[in-house]
Parts: sequence; structure tokens; C-alpha cells
Amino acid sequence: MSTSTPRATGGLRDEDAQGVRMFDAHGGDWSEIAAEAARLGEERIVVNMGPQHPSTHGVLRVMLEIDGETVTEARAGIGYLHTGIEKSMEYRNWTQGVTFCTRMDYVAPLFQEAVYCLGVEKLLGITDDIPQRATEIRVLMQELQRISSHLVFLGTGGNEMGATTVMMVGFQAREDVLETLELITGLRMNHAYIRPGGVVQDLPEGTTGFIRGKLKSIRHYLRQFEDLVLANSIFHMRMKGTGYLSLSACMALGVTGPMLRSAGLPYDLRKADPYCGYETYDFDIPTQTEADNWARMIVRLEEVYQSLRIIEQVCERLDASVGQPVMVADKKIAWPAQLAVSADGQGNSPDYVRQIMSTSMESLIHHFKLVTEGFQVPAGQVWQTLEHAKGTIGVHLVSDGGTKPYRAHFRDPSFNNLQATSIMCEGDQVADVVVSIASIDPVLGGVDR
Amino acid sequence: MSDQKKDDAVVAAVEPVRPLLQVVAVREGMFGAQDAGDTSGFGRGVVATSMPGASARPYGGWFDEVVDVLAEILDESGTSFAAAVEQIVVDRGELTLYIVREHLVEVASALRDDPDLRFELSLGVSGVHYPAQTDRELHAVIHLVSITHGRTLRLEVAVPDADPHLPSLTSVYPTNDWHERETYDFFGIIFDGHPGLSRIEMPDDWVGHPQRKDYPLSGIPVEFKGATVPPAEERRMYL
Repeated sequence: MSTSTPRATGGLRDEDAQGVRMFDAHGGDWSEIAAEAARLGEERIVVNMGPQHPSTHGVLRVMLEIDGETVTEARAGIGYLHTGIEKSMEYRNWTQGVTFCTRMDYVAPLFQEAVYCLGVEKLLGITDDIPQRATEIRVLMQELQRISSHLVFLGTGGNEMGATTVMMVGFQAREDVLETLELITGLRMNHAYIRPGGVVQDLPEGTTGFIRGKLKSIRHYLRQFEDLVLANSIFHMRMKGTGYLSLSACMALGVTGPMLRSAGLPYDLRKADPYCGYETYDFDIPTQTEADNWARMIVRLEEVYQSLRIIEQVCERLDASVGQPVMVADKKIAWPAQLAVSADGQGNSPDYVRQIMSTSMESLIHHFKLVTEGFQVPAGQVWQTLEHAKGTIGVHLVSDGGTKPYRAHFRDPSFNNLQATSIMCEGDQVADVVVSIASIDPVLGGVDR
Repeated sequence: MSDQKKDDAVVAAVEPVRPLLQVVAVREGMFGAQDAGDTSGFGRGVVATSMPGASARPYGGWFDEVVDVLAEILDESGTSFAAAVEQIVVDRGELTLYIVREHLVEVASALRDDPDLRFELSLGVSGVHYPAQTDRELHAVIHLVSITHGRTLRLEVAVPDADPHLPSLTSVYPTNDWHERETYDFFGIIFDGHPGLSRIEMPDDWVGHPQRKDYPLSGIPVEFKGATVPPAEERRMYL
């Protein structure tokens, strides 16, 4: 090895690379390069994995220094999917912000919507005015989203170990969730469904019955998944004892969510700092103590069952609250548009358009003002967190009293958790890197924003 | 005594003297002028904004206890609490401590290590740019969580644009590594003592710090069916 100091996160300095012989391997003949390296006795090999590698969950780049098959250093490079969402939000009004933050972690968009809206409501001081039914719908959406996010992890995690059937089972189950989301919001992702003050529209008729049917189907697929994986010796050998991240390392690196719970600490914001009335639901926090890739998979699998429990409870409450409002009563904040499905698709309800266009000039003015200007939010700053499928998501919102966010910062759990790549992968085999990164469950849209 | 003077006297008797609030931002737009007069939209409304000012005791809840314990630790160590903490703001049920940058690491260590405080988890750094706040343009905002006690608080450090240096907290909270790189990348705040402060989201050779308020959004016009919509930053702004 040419260097011996620990260097997991240090930036590369020019003097580090001076005088170092480099072998470029793109497009060349590997046997020539290997022979040249063997002749010179150089053992330090740096492999660049990504950002286009299929098992890096998007555009993560990992730089691996390897000694034989052992990883001696791993660095994660991000930024390939940075789209300036936070900057763009500063130029749109508070309601439009939802359509931006939903695109961050595109595998779990409803969590960003929920945390952003809870933050805006805290800034406005209307947290207690949100209708009960709107909060119930938010809980429903978040738990559905948690299931679909975990199913992506379970499915692609199997795929990355070569088990395509596991991936198919996971995605079939996820399809059930996405069909439910499509029924409720009209879209499979990027919903912009949760809005400051409530949700954009009520559940369509018969939704809870539809969901109960889907839950049966999801349980069926979960059983299939368990049959395929839980006693499978390949999964045991690949996942047990790899990607170890102890509790103290989790705490130092600020790692939260299923990764922290796989190390034994039952820290879940739904219990620790409840929001959306989670304290009134009956569910458990699954934990493991092994802190390896296998433990993280088991935690996520059990969390899916807990989410199913919550959905069953919330469906009962939604049956009881049919007809109640889903948007805050304050007309200065509540989005005025009512949606309806007509022959040419979904759009503004004809009754509503008739009302503002031909009967009430005041409501037309009101509609126009609220939709073009938005509402003003008193100056100040807030911090709102909630339990994302991947860990603690936080939003830091600053208002200067205007109709647009002065600053909106998202602390995405994947962004933070990816810092653990080095400590999880170093010392393992190259093949374990893929499994370990999968067990972080990063989504690069959320990481780079 | 005129009515106005009487009102002033009442206010002075009830409220303790507070420092004047610093203007942190000035908003400009076509519509929404607050005073009477021009409603045409061409008057260019201007509104100055101030953030909520320093709070007086009692802060309420566990806030007083945390501030007391922190003050005790800092006073014992030789750094006086008054020298380290500029002001304390309680707003919307959240506690914010404004810290003088020289004492940031010491304050964070105390918050992490004392069993009565035990803020063991850092949720990262967020930056905010207030160009109107002279010599305090760049703010770094750090959110800390105590899992032990179930508490959250915010540290805020302001540095001038001309000297944007701040001690790195990576020695206390290693998790701040990437968060500080992000804040450096977007705002140009330099975290002294960081093990490898480099850009994280923008390309390494990028010029400028894009989340600053004086950095343009650089949108492009949207063309649709023959009509052109200007980029977001050139559209009508409402106050």
C-alpha cells in the first residue's frame, strides 16, 4: 500500500497524487495493464464505480481502493443529480413549493410534502386548525408511502444479489400501493397532494374498501418474498455480517431510520416526537441488534407490517369521518380550486368555475389573488422533522413575511446516511459494497436535491 | 400628557427595554404596498423585514433549564455565558441560541457531553444569506436533538460576508462533515478545521455560491404553443 494514514473523508490534494504512477484502464487492454502493474510491483488499485452503475441507485459515484478483493478505502461522490430545488423554491409561492419538494426523494415523495406542509403550518401558526380528516389522510398517505419505499428496497436489494424474482415480487406489491396512490391523487409519483392547510381533495368514494383489498394483496406478496428470502442461504451469506455499522457509529454520523434501529435503538419520531396524531395509533418499533445488512432488511420488512397495521386503523377512522373537511377553514390560506373529473379528464369543477365566473365577483377576485399571489407567512424560521422511510427528514423554513419562502432547506436522510458508505464498506469485499449501499437505501434525487 | 406619550409610558413600564431589531431582508414587488396611496402596481412596494427579536425570561418549558445548565458550564470553564451566547430567541415553540463563532465548538461540546443537556444527535447545518444584515450576512443554522431528553434546539451563528470563517463542528459531530461541505458549496461559509472542505453538490470548478441571494436563478423562458413565459425570477413579484 502506498499510503497508510486513515483518509475516509479527506479531499484529494494535489501533493497526494504527485509522483504516483497511474494506470488508466478505460478502453485499454486489461492484460497489458495488469502485466505492467505486476512488473512495477504497484498494488494500489482505485476502481471508480458509477455514477452510471446500475446498482448505485441512480447516480451515486463510489471510488474504491482495493487490495485484491478487499476494499481498503471507499469514498462516495454525489452531486450528479443536483437540480437546485431549494433555490427554485425561493422563487415560487408557498403552495407551489409542494410541487418542488415532492420531486426530491422520488421513491417517497409524500414524506417531503408532509414535512414541508407541517413546517409551513407551524410558521403560519395554524397547526391546531388542520381538520382531523386531513390529518388522517396524511397518515394514510405516509404509511402507504413507507410501504412502497421499503418494497423498492426489498425488491432492488434482491435484484442486486442476482435474484430477479425477488425484484419482481417487490415491484408487484409496490404496484398495489401505487395504484392506491393513483386512485387518491391521480398520480403515481410527484403527487403535490398534501398542501399547506390540509390535502388538495378528499378521498374518492370507496377508497377504504379499495385499500383493504390491496392490503390483502400486499400481504400475499410479502409472504412470497419471505418464502424466497428468509431461509435462502445465499441471502444469509451475502447479508449477515456485512456492512456493519454500530450504534455509536450511527450516532456519530447522525444515521437515523431503519439503519439506526437495526443497531438496537428504537428511535422513531412517530413515537419520540409525534406529529399528525401518531401517538393515537397502535404500532410497534421493530429493532434488531446485529447492525448488519441482514438486520436492516429484517427491520424494513417488519416495518411494512407495522405500516399495514396503522393503515387498517386509519381506514376505520376515515370511514367514520366521511364528509368532514380536508382543508383548513381559513379562506385566506385554503386553495380555492375544486377538482372534478369530466369527459376530457380531471380539471376544475364546472360548478366552481360557474360560481366564480358568473355569480360572485368577490370569489373570482379571491381566487385570482390567492392563486397568483399566494398567502403571506409571518417572518421567522421553523424546523420540522418527521420519520421518513429512510430516517429523519428535517425541513428548515425561513420566511421574510412574504408570499415565497426566503429559504427552504431539506435535511434529507439519504444525504446524511450516505456518509456511512466508507465505514460500512472498508474491510469488506468488493461484492459487498453493492449490498451495503443498497442497505443504506439512498435515493439520489433526495441526496442531491 | 398627550395620548401618544401616555401610550409610550405604558409600553415602557410593561416591556423591558429590547435592542432594536436588525433588518434582515428587504422585499420589493409590484403589488402589495402596505401604506395607503399607490395601488396601481407601479409604485414598487418595499417592505423591510425583521426576524423575531430576543426573548425575555421565562422562556417556558425546558428552555430555562437548558439555558441555566449551559450558562453554568460556560461560566465554570472561564468563558462567560454572556460572551458566548449573543441572544436567545424563543419563537413558535422553538429555542434558538445565537452563538459567537469563537465559542461555537465549546458550546456544542457542552451541549453534547453534559448529562443534563445531552444533545447527542446533530441534524446538520443549513445556511441562510441575509444581504441586508450588515456584517452578519451569512448565517449557519445547526439543529441538535437530544434523544435522551426528547428535546430539539437550534444554534445560529452569523458571520460577515467579508470574513466568512466559522470553526468546523466535525470534531464534535462527525455527521456535520457533508452538511458543512454543502453549506460551503452553497453559501461560501468556510468551516475552519474541516478535514476536507470541498464542493459537494456543484462541480469542483464551479464559480460562485448558488444559494446566495445575489446569485441569479438563471432560468430560461418557457415556450408553449407560441406564447413565451419569462423565467421565474423575471416574473411579477408579490410582497
